[in-house]
Amino acid sequence: MGFEKFLFYVFAAITLFAAGMVITRRNPVHAVLYLVLAFISSAALWILLEAEFLGIVLVLVYVGAVMVLFLFVVMMLDVDIATLRAGFIRYLPIGALIAVVLALEIFLIVGPANFGLQQFPSPVPAGPDVSNTEELGLLLYTLYVYPFEIAAVILLVAIVAAIRLTLRRRPDTKYMDPAKQVRVKKGPDRIRIVKMPSESAAVPAVAASAAPQESTE
Amino acid sequence: MEITLTHYLAVAAVLFTTGLFGIFLNRRNVIVILMSIELMLLAVNINFVAFSAFLGDLAGQVFTLFVLTVAAAEAAIGLAILVVFFRNKGSIAVEDISSLKG
Repeated sequence: MGFEKFLFYVFAAITLFAAGMVITRRNPVHAVLYLVLAFISSAALWILLEAEFLGIVLVLVYVGAVMVLFLFVVMMLDVDIATLRAGFIRYLPIGALIAVVLALEIFLIVGPANFGLQQFPSPVPAGPDVSNTEELGLLLYTLYVYPFEIAAVILLVAIVAAIRLTLRRRPDTKYMDPAKQVRVKKGPDRIRIVKMPSESAAVPAVAASAAPQESTE
Repeated sequence: MEITLTHYLAVAAVLFTTGLFGIFLNRRNVIVILMSIELMLLAVNINFVAFSAFLGDLAGQVFTLFVLTVAAAEAAIGLAILVVFFRNKGSIAVEDISSLKG
């Protein structure tokens, strides 16, 4: 049990250190990389709690997709960091006060008197043939199948919203629309007949210059 | 002495307050504010997983999965809004997002 506790303290310390670095780094790219470190070490904490599936999902989905998206956006935007750092010190005292008060309030509740081993004994370690993924899947596809579908719809909404927000038609790009090309008809799409008055009387100079050519014919 | 539920709850509490403090500290920088929100959601998830393990009830882990889904959607849409805003204004400072103010 001693080694497990050692692992817990190591991963918890790394998580909190990385979280502190996230909010204090000057460079947003460094902040995102520290956030990746925080997520990976808290995934290790979840695996210590025998939530193996969620730990792996946190690394694969969160670090692999969401954090890379963060990194991509941070690197794509050419952010002027100096102006963003103005006022960094100004809100430090009130922020620190509120954070400390909030932490003390939470520690009042979650102390060992309320959530110690008497109230919540240590979980019995699952045997080697128990699969956390299988148990979670059984629950997710039976009892929680409607919330699961709603989660899928939320992801779909996120896809549609993100694409629609960032989509823009650039007027300077020349692109062909093959569907429009295929749909063209023989009559009105290729020839346009314009009704206009006769120009022979309106432009006498052109008629005079054309007259000798006609006479030679 | 074994690892108690209090240990996990304390880690999550410190992580949550770190995220809150980050919002105060970097209140001009939208990217770091989004990252602070991610930290707070991570703290909530640690609470869910810890209670799920100590109560022997997998519902907490199922709910953690949903929180992860919503957090991913929020991050994607938030970053998309950020990209559009940067394209229009050339800046991501929070003070510049005041066009709708009368």
